[in-house]
Amino acid sequence: MALLEVNNLVVEFPTRKGTLTAVDDISLHIDQGEVLGVVGESGAGKSMTGAAIIGLLEPPGRVAGGQITLDGQRIDNLPYEQMRRIRGKKIGAIFQDPLTSLNPLYSIGRQLTETIETHTDMTPTQARERAIELLTEVGIPAPARRVDQYPHQFSGGMRQRVVIALALCVNPRLIIADEPTTALDVSIQAQIIALLKKLCREHGTAVMLVTHDMGVIAETADRVAVMYAGRIAEIGPVREVIKNAKHPYTHGLMGSIPAIGHESERLEQIPGAMPRLTDIPRGCAFNPRCPHEFGKCGELRPDLLPVEDSQVSCWLYDGQDGRNIDASKKLVAETKADARLEATNG
Amino acid sequence: MADTSAPRTAVVVDSLRRFFDGDIWFSFKRSPVTIIAAVVTFIYFFLGLFGPLVAPHNPFDLASLDILDAFTPPAWVEDGNPAYLLGTDDQGRDLLSAIIYGSRVSLFIGFASVILALVVGVALGLISGFVGGAVDAFIMRVAEIQLSFPAILIALLINGVLRGALDVDKQADLAYTVLILSIGLSNWVHYARTVRGSTMVERNKEYVQAAHVIGIHPVLIMLRHILPNVVGPVLVIGTIQLAVAIITEATLSFLGVGVPSTEPSLGTLIRIGNDFLFSGEWWITIFPGVALALLVLAVNLLGDWLRDALNPKLR
Amino acid sequence: MAAFIIRRLVQSLFVMFFVALVAFSMFRFVGDPVHQMVGIETSLEEREALRERLGLKDPVIVQFGNYIFKVATGDFGVSYQHKRPVSDMIAERLPATLELALISAVLSLVIGIPMGVYTGLNRDGFLSKLFLTVSLVGISLPTFLIGILLIFFFSVQLNILPSFGRGGVVDLGWWRTGFLTIDGWRALIMPSITLGLFQLTLIMRLVRAEMLEVLRTDYIKFARARGLTNRAVHFGHALKNTLVPVITITGLQLGSIIAFAIITETVFQWPGMGQMFLQAVQNVDIPIMAAYLMLIAFFFVVINLIVDLLYYVVDPRLRIDTGKGNGHG
Repeated sequence: MALLEVNNLVVEFPTRKGTLTAVDDISLHIDQGEVLGVVGESGAGKSMTGAAIIGLLEPPGRVAGGQITLDGQRIDNLPYEQMRRIRGKKIGAIFQDPLTSLNPLYSIGRQLTETIETHTDMTPTQARERAIELLTEVGIPAPARRVDQYPHQFSGGMRQRVVIALALCVNPRLIIADEPTTALDVSIQAQIIALLKKLCREHGTAVMLVTHDMGVIAETADRVAVMYAGRIAEIGPVREVIKNAKHPYTHGLMGSIPAIGHESERLEQIPGAMPRLTDIPRGCAFNPRCPHEFGKCGELRPDLLPVEDSQVSCWLYDGQDGRNIDASKKLVAETKADARLEATNG
Repeated sequence: MADTSAPRTAVVVDSLRRFFDGDIWFSFKRSPVTIIAAVVTFIYFFLGLFGPLVAPHNPFDLASLDILDAFTPPAWVEDGNPAYLLGTDDQGRDLLSAIIYGSRVSLFIGFASVILALVVGVALGLISGFVGGAVDAFIMRVAEIQLSFPAILIALLINGVLRGALDVDKQADLAYTVLILSIGLSNWVHYARTVRGSTMVERNKEYVQAAHVIGIHPVLIMLRHILPNVVGPVLVIGTIQLAVAIITEATLSFLGVGVPSTEPSLGTLIRIGNDFLFSGEWWITIFPGVALALLVLAVNLLGDWLRDALNPKLR
Repeated sequence: MAAFIIRRLVQSLFVMFFVALVAFSMFRFVGDPVHQMVGIETSLEEREALRERLGLKDPVIVQFGNYIFKVATGDFGVSYQHKRPVSDMIAERLPATLELALISAVLSLVIGIPMGVYTGLNRDGFLSKLFLTVSLVGISLPTFLIGILLIFFFSVQLNILPSFGRGGVVDLGWWRTGFLTIDGWRALIMPSITLGLFQLTLIMRLVRAEMLEVLRTDYIKFARARGLTNRAVHFGHALKNTLVPVITITGLQLGSIIAFAIITETVFQWPGMGQMFLQAVQNVDIPIMAAYLMLIAFFFVVINLIVDLLYYVVDPRLRIDTGKGNGHG
């Protein structure tokens, strides 16, 4: 059984101009110890999905439909106090900016021990020992001394290590890592990702890795979900999605990544921009930008359909219209150049 | 002519429509408290402008006063006189009329001192931010020191010094001037600091640099290019400061160093009435007090709302 | 840290110097000091002699130097109106003002901070809206009006509290206190509420605004994500982070309480410095005005130094030398 199951999740934001749907009917699952990457542009709903799982949507955002199940227990409708006991203990979180994630007025030791003492029966002395142990584990030099220091005395990379220690300190089953490296220097990013990967493997912790960085995903994730306008466009094994993208959006996304070692004249680019939540088009949300758009796309929203090892929500892969996978693949390859031309003309 | 006025009307209509569609108007419509505050403020402004036409009596006309009418209680109380709805004071002045005239005085001094503070503050802020260096350091140091004292204390000091510098017989004639100077000069700092900040931001923008390069006079740059960019926050401060100025005027008058009792403001009326609080003539002090509180509350609510509406972060 | 304190001390001295300059200018240039000090029958020769004796013929710089020297030794001159040394008058009236200010300050902090926390946490609650509305009324009502209304209800109508004076005062030789008699406490109730109400509402609104600000920060979100209890998040992480701005403003406000006492003391005929200052303004008694200004500036400077020291207690970023033991990158 999967560790985390998300079924038909809907996240809404009531505003005075109407209710916005930030996450629109998505389903995914994460297995024990698995790393699921979630990619998409900003506003695609990926962070919102993470926040919904951990039960920390910023008001007035709310889960308007669907179910979230952790270890067989439904957690999307728990009272605040029960959900609080799950947060930190069963689901950890890592946020984007290590510079602002730590309370500047508390020593990092205090922040670690308070988390440990909240979720376990350890005495303050034991908690402190555990804190020093954790700092060693995340690779902080001289942890016995540094445990009493304050966040401002650590560099950005070191702070993110502390944040990882905090997320892992009572061995949660799942970690939601929301853009954990975006705010860091490129040279530090790889270290942090490697550390996160190593620790999670050692502890058997599953990770939902939210990022817009396909490189990080390629390196870290087992499977990847591509989100677009609050929906999942494609979900599948990371190799499959990168090497053999099926959804036209994923295709465009992969084309826009520079690859070292490949001769490439220019980077691909998807014409247009992701729609705002206030005006998501009818049918498939991607249809106005899609080079393969046809009649049905603007009318009906496609469901996730199994295609090879992945699942794709695209009418191209719906056999009923006489189009089959091979044909559509060919289509993708052939029309790439035309689409670009069309876009610049139109 | 027609071809220029048509687009202009369109622009006006358009900006009006944008205003009514916009957040500000929306938050106004949604807040009944703000609407009430706006109505109350409007009534006071109306009374301020047309007071003499509306008031049943002229309380400043000494000849019309009859000492026998003194201490008449409000009309609905026993011994009340329907001619004096809110009663009369110790000299037989009709309180309702005195309150209307008093609000007029309070509003006038309030507005005048806000304008004075605004002009002084904006000018010093512009100079400070634009010139920089020692001038800036000096102005801001003085501002800082002044800000650390309550405005009422500064106003009292200026008031005392000004009256000390004046001949005794001129003090009554110049009471308004002294008050406006005291209140205005004690409240310039907020404007100066805000304007200085925005000026320093604007100063470094390309268009100002360009204006420098083509040789436009610095004063012109300040007035034409920088000033329009800093008026928004200044007007918000002005609205909030109007309430402060009215309170300060009332306080100074209450303390006996403000408007003389021959042409009383609300604060003066309260001071006069305070002497009779214990002898049972409560209305002489309570009604002007309520009038003052209402006025200040309404202006404050408007200012609060305006600040919040223009600064969504605080909502 | 020592360097920081020294810098602040120098700044404080600058402030005191500037205020002394203003006070001296008032002294020297507003009206004629000699004219204020002597009667009409004093002859011109006598006036000139007095002028000489007071040093009014010395160069202005020398006069200013003398003035600073005198002030530093506690000599603020002689009141024009009362013909008594100003320092004696201040010493008599200081205890009354300080006791009133102290109680008001305690009142505003002890009530204002919890109300601010509450309204910050329950921003849409009924009680919060009530507090906020009441606080707006509190800010809008001029201090003297609040005093008058209190007197009207509790002294005139109900006749349960005294409307003026300090009540029973015990003379300790160097300090006349109202804290030792029930009567003295009863007399303190209304003046301290009147004086403290404005600060109370201000502190409440400030704490609320800061709480709202802090509750939006990442470290609060992260603290919640770690499953900390609400209690730990709100009263530990959040409240502590609101303290720095709150200390700043509160410090300044406490300084201004002493000055605001002018109004309260007038309404309740409280025999403190504020009342003395107001009479001085009414009668243009410059020596008292100048001395009062210097004294308030002194209080302000001292409070500011205390505030600076409090920062060190609260904020480790200031407390610890940041240069050691870490590389940036």
